[in-house]
Amino acid sequence: MKVTIDGFPIEVEAGTTILNAARMIGGDIVPPAMCYYSKLEGTGGKCRTCLVQVSKGSEKDPRPMPKLVASCRTTVMDGMEVKNITSPEVIEARKGVVEMLLINHPLDCPVCDQAGECHLQDLGYEHGAAKTRYEFDRRTFEKIDIGDKIQLHMTRCILCYRCVFVADQITDHRIHGILNRGDHSEISTYIQKAVDNDFSGNVIDVCPVGALTDKTFRFKNRVWFTKPVEAHRDCETEKCGGKVTLWYKGEDVIRVTARKDEYGEAEEFICNTCRFDKKRTSDWVIEGPRKVSHKSVINSNHYDTLHPLPVVKTNPVLIEANKEQFERETRL
Amino acid sequence: MARKLLLEHINVPGINTFDVYRSKGGYAAVEKALKTLSPDDVVEEVKKSGLRGRGGAGFPTGMKWSFLAKPEGVERYLVCNADESEPGTFKDRYLMTYIPHLLIEGMIVASYALGAKTSYIYVRGEMMPQIRILEKAIAEAKNKGFLGKNILGTGYDLELYVQPGGGAYICGEETALLESLEGKRGNPRIKPPFPAIAGLYGCPTVVNNVESIAAVVPIINEGGDEYAKLGIGRSTGTKLISAGGNLRKPGVYEIDLGLPVEEFLYSDEYCGGIANGKRLKAVVAGGSSVPILPANLFLKTINNEPRLMSYESLADGGFVSGTMMGSGGFIAYDEDQCIVRNTWNFARFYHHESCGQCSPCREGTGWMEKVLHRLEYGHGKMSDMDLLVDVAKKIEGNTICPLGDAAAWPVASAIRHFRDEFEWHVTHPNEATTRNFGIAHYADPLPKLEEAAS
Ligand SMILES: Cc1cc2nc3c(=O)[nH]c(=O)nc-3n(C[C@H](O)[C@H](O)[C@H](O)COP(=O)(O)O)c2cc1C
Ligand code: SF4
Ligand code: SF4
Ligand code: FES
Repeated sequence: MKVTIDGFPIEVEAGTTILNAARMIGGDIVPPAMCYYSKLEGTGGKCRTCLVQVSKGSEKDPRPMPKLVASCRTTVMDGMEVKNITSPEVIEARKGVVEMLLINHPLDCPVCDQAGECHLQDLGYEHGAAKTRYEFDRRTFEKIDIGDKIQLHMTRCILCYRCVFVADQITDHRIHGILNRGDHSEISTYIQKAVDNDFSGNVIDVCPVGALTDKTFRFKNRVWFTKPVEAHRDCETEKCGGKVTLWYKGEDVIRVTARKDEYGEAEEFICNTCRFDKKRTSDWVIEGPRKVSHKSVINSNHYDTLHPLPVVKTNPVLIEANKEQFERETRL
Repeated sequence: MARKLLLEHINVPGINTFDVYRSKGGYAAVEKALKTLSPDDVVEEVKKSGLRGRGGAGFPTGMKWSFLAKPEGVERYLVCNADESEPGTFKDRYLMTYIPHLLIEGMIVASYALGAKTSYIYVRGEMMPQIRILEKAIAEAKNKGFLGKNILGTGYDLELYVQPGGGAYICGEETALLESLEGKRGNPRIKPPFPAIAGLYGCPTVVNNVESIAAVVPIINEGGDEYAKLGIGRSTGTKLISAGGNLRKPGVYEIDLGLPVEEFLYSDEYCGGIANGKRLKAVVAGGSSVPILPANLFLKTINNEPRLMSYESLADGGFVSGTMMGSGGFIAYDEDQCIVRNTWNFARFYHHESCGQCSPCREGTGWMEKVLHRLEYGHGKMSDMDLLVDVAKKIEGNTICPLGDAAAWPVASAIRHFRDEFEWHVTHPNEATTRNFGIAHYADPLPKLEEAAS
């Protein structure tokens, strides 16, 4: 099927969503997605940041769609024409959605552990307005521990439902869901029952904001002072591939996360043993430094053989990896 | 006096029992349909009748039925939407309370037409008495061989169940209703797929309002063509209107569609005019979700023609000067009512009832409520009106289900038509908390339209 997005044509298989077609094209025309997660079935449709305009329905029925549609949940038709960044209507609606997502979200990124790798921060920066028009108290909640490794701070949640789908699809019995409705909904585990499951830690990785965070890492460091390195191990846990990103501070691994793709999605989910218990370099086979998008603040800590940052200088593994990368890049 | 099709026998003592209902010609439609018509014939009659969904959207019922997918070996379901929770609407409750067998009869005929072997009536959870009434009526009908196996010896089997609702307005949205019926959280589903393809338990499903299903009974009894003779244009048949507010005679009325609104409002057969000799200030014509209109624009369309109680005439003028039939929840406001307070009240309702799945509705409804609250209590700003219009616009059309639109329209329309009153709340904050703005010019005859310059 042929679909054209902002003037870029592409051939895709039937059943592909507009969002995924856009991702195949890549670049600026990819709509932002805060709730869709390709590895979790049924996600998407909720945050409305990925709204696009269908200016031509299909070759057979060229009528435009009357409303903006969620690109993550709308499948392409042959001959469809879609407008994302070329539609002022979409830009305006998206700005509205970002504003809505932010009105009850605290604007205190400097004290949030997610800062620097928060999708809402990026979204607000790229698509939002500079000022808030909201003059009321924001919704707040107490922090809650979900087991001894994960902390939930509902105040920051954008109700994307990703963690709920993780609980449904990756962990084997669900004790995590949404209570209440509207803007007073909250993520909850059954009477704060500890989530005790081999794969529960993945809720941290899927959370686009700082609502679910790793208690073993929380506030140990700012993410842009750490050094991400790709690594793997032969994990005994069934269904865990053991493919991770290690986050170094000096010689210490201070955090382990799943390896994420350019849209911030985990390539493979990892088990809690890999995530929380394997924090020595010797536990892992190091593959090399993680490529970080030039847009990311994590990159402020980029490798540079002339002036290696202190983090790199003191860590033999990183020095080695650094050298390798430098050679590879200079060859290109 | 207009003919009643649904409420003809409403005043017969004991009409809520099977025997009395039957003696008044009840269940004739079941006999006629099951014994002399094929399911497709029934669908055809309903198509010919021009019946439009009475739950709010006004989608032609026959057409909806013919869209139902019919794959081999897969169950199909009919679900009756009796979740009636729209502020101002109480017609379904009335019908279920006083003449429950009409709904049961309609359910049997409709289930037969759709080939459903199991059907559900999803009743708003707060309506416990009605749930008991329906269960009793189902037991009676079953006892007499109108439900269960081999109905009237025709070989058609049907089980009918009543399901108490989850206690949320959003469970009236058809896909949220199906989720709730399946025992899940009542969140609207993301469409497509539509229920006609994958509804209850993933099977093809039709969801219809109580009144839509009840209307199938007279349609089968008299024929679709006869039914279509009532009403006006594409608004065929009769409609139940639940009239509330400052009326002399509030209540549920069955009207022929096309009745002039003036007659409905002022004649003694219907609402009997405004209570206590007051004047009409504004009307919400079809339940809290539809745009509110000032008296003058409600009685006359923008072209100075009398407005009629029909889908088309109420919508005349679109969003600029019209409203909608909605669910038939008619609310009249007299000169002593405050539109700002009313708008705030509606916004509070939608804020409370948003399911919270999609960001614009979840956050926007709360925002509008807070701004309206401050306007009502004298802390508003002149810029608030534009802010409200803008927030409403950011919600409208950008959500998963129509609740977002339903929350946006009352606010946007109130500001469009009653801006003076909102502004007065800002310029006279103290006065606004002690007295009402009054009727102002809202009932003045409409000015003559200026001829377009040629
Ligand atoms: C928020 C919301 C609430 C609704 N509540 C009801 C309701 O209480 N009763 C009803 O019949 N339809 C309700 N509807 C409309 C239904 O989604 C659906 O359109 C209707 O049941 C279809 O029946 P009909 O074709 O017979 O009108 C609601 C829709 C929305 C968006
Ligand atoms: S906690 Fe995070 S992942 Fe879960 S719904 Fe909230 S924002 Fe989404
Ligand atoms: S529009 Fe409102 S009620 Fe409907 S799905 Fe979205 S949040 Fe829920
Ligand atoms: S990513 Fe499509 S609606 Fe959230």
